[in-house]
Amino acid sequence: MKNLTALKQPLLVSAWFMFLTFPLMVIRVNTIENVVEWRWRNMIWVGTASFLLTFLWRYLSDRREAARKEAERTEDHEQTLGRFLAGRPEVGRYLSVGAMILALIFPFVFSTYQTNIMATALMYAVLGLGLNIVVGQAGLLNLGYVAFYAAGAYSYALLNHHFGIGFWTALPVGAVVGALFGILLGFPVLRLRGDYLAIVTLGFGEITRLVLENWNDFSFGPSGISNIPRPGFFGIALDIRGATIYLYFLVLLLCLATVFIVNRLQNSRIGRAWIAIREDETASQAMGIDGTKTKLTAFALGAFWAGMVGVIFAAKTTFINPASFTFLESAMILSIVVLGGIGSIPGIITAALFLILVPEYLRAFSNYRMLIFGSVMVLMMLFRPQGIVAGARRTYTFRRRKSGPELERG
Amino acid sequence: MSMEPVLQVRGLTMTFGGLRALDNVDLHVEREEIVALVGPNGAGKTTFFNCITGIYPPASGDIFLAPPGGKRRRINGLKMHTVTEHGMARTFQNIHIFPAMTVLENVMVGRHCRTSSGLLGAVLRGAGTLREEEGIVNKSYEILETVGLDASVNELAINLPYGAQRRLEIARAVATDPFLLLLDEPAAGMNPQETKELEGLIRQIRNGKKISILLIEHDMKLVMSISDRLCVMDYGEKIAEGTPAEIRGNPIVIEAYLGEDPDA
Repeated sequence: MKNLTALKQPLLVSAWFMFLTFPLMVIRVNTIENVVEWRWRNMIWVGTASFLLTFLWRYLSDRREAARKEAERTEDHEQTLGRFLAGRPEVGRYLSVGAMILALIFPFVFSTYQTNIMATALMYAVLGLGLNIVVGQAGLLNLGYVAFYAAGAYSYALLNHHFGIGFWTALPVGAVVGALFGILLGFPVLRLRGDYLAIVTLGFGEITRLVLENWNDFSFGPSGISNIPRPGFFGIALDIRGATIYLYFLVLLLCLATVFIVNRLQNSRIGRAWIAIREDETASQAMGIDGTKTKLTAFALGAFWAGMVGVIFAAKTTFINPASFTFLESAMILSIVVLGGIGSIPGIITAALFLILVPEYLRAFSNYRMLIFGSVMVLMMLFRPQGIVAGARRTYTFRRRKSGPELERG
Repeated sequence: MSMEPVLQVRGLTMTFGGLRALDNVDLHVEREEIVALVGPNGAGKTTFFNCITGIYPPASGDIFLAPPGGKRRRINGLKMHTVTEHGMARTFQNIHIFPAMTVLENVMVGRHCRTSSGLLGAVLRGAGTLREEEGIVNKSYEILETVGLDASVNELAINLPYGAQRRLEIARAVATDPFLLLLDEPAAGMNPQETKELEGLIRQIRNGKKISILLIEHDMKLVMSISDRLCVMDYGEKIAEGTPAEIRGNPIVIEAYLGEDPDA
């Protein structure tokens, strides 16, 4: 009986879909022979597909509901992937060592093309980790992140064009320019909260792009800047393959450094202050946290990384123009953070690899790219709103001592 | 050593548009004293808290804060986090914990203004930072023991039962090392058993940590047994002040609470 009711709704849905699509999918007027063709087979397709999809949908949501009830009943906390990893550090260690080895041999096993794509994906991973400080930790929704990325890229391109400054000098300069832009924007807008902040940052991103597009004397307009040199390798000229591998390792190194730094920040005094601000701004200020200063730090630090990756981007593509810094780019980076799991480092790296690599390997479906992207986002928000790997908080164990509690070192 | 009051408020006035939410309110809290601020709903008690902690800048009046044995300071118009740094911490009427942080981390945030390691320290994790971090953890754990939450240090704060969340908020405020603690309806929504435990906790904080306490509370049983002194507010004005026994018999207070006696 229970199975029958489970089948009822999918049946109704498929009937409704067959009815709706009937005029489009079934009837076709053949204007040459002046006859009406009845394509009943299409109707069967539509019916079966909608039936199966609805059934699957119902099955999944029922299961989810059951799991939630079960968790409530037993008062057991949801076993998330993040919590699983936090409880078993050795699993995480094996996984990271495995990933590390794979990353190290990758350029020697795969072609230059693959290495190039992988370097791009890692760049986005770094951008995601940078934006995670702003959005994930401090809770400041920044939709104009690409502006800082552009600031870094143009710093290198322009400094090189006018003064012949090399990559290694430009890297810290680009990062600092990014951070300065962050502070510049941050000062006036950080008193805004939530949606208002999102709109202002979105506007800022667009303004930056439009300025770059229209200020011909400064940024060479839409035609952009070309012939940006690749990073130097102790003065040795590298061929294309060598240069790609070199850049790949450069990005990998940056990615590792970012993971290291972000990881340390997460459980520090500043990291806790960011999360406190995200969780409850009034309470965090009542606890003695200087809201403006702390938010500005997060904003500038996020922009710092964007600036640095911007320099690498300019060096990697050797050509930049404003078209590389559209809102879509900001949305992409934000999707990486949200999809990966806010505040979770492994999640964000996974999401960056997924979102950048999958479209590259599925070029055949490039027409449907945004469609698939949108559906994946909707499904994620429905079934895993916490992201691929939910961020878990650090736990502490204590040992009783006569002199008082003592933190156990693990 | 002079026995200056730790908090001295003179002529505090606050207006929202045409509404006078606070009208010339005077109040002081002595060292290690428990003072209760009572009054009907809308009397301006929480506005008073918000004014002295820097959420709203008061329209006029003076607020002085004097740490025991320290220098008196005027704190009008200072930002909230600076007020906390000066030694006055508060809890909120509606619970304001950090839900997605663990219980221990909530209290650790309270140590923020008493510690100093910055970005560089966090990344390099030098000996100084590690020592400071360990100090934060141990001190936070001690405070959690005081409020009886040491068994759930690693739980997310949102998963705590209501009464425990209230105690967590008090623990977090105590972690900022205040000499004056403002509690905004700490017993709201608690059952009689929890309220009794809360009373013990407030006394313990006052006696153990030498912290003066100013609290807003509607539970008259708690207020009468715990406070050294009461201030009664109505329509933004202070209408009475005195010991619990004096307030209990005060006709003005009875009128404010129960309305005018038609037979009088």
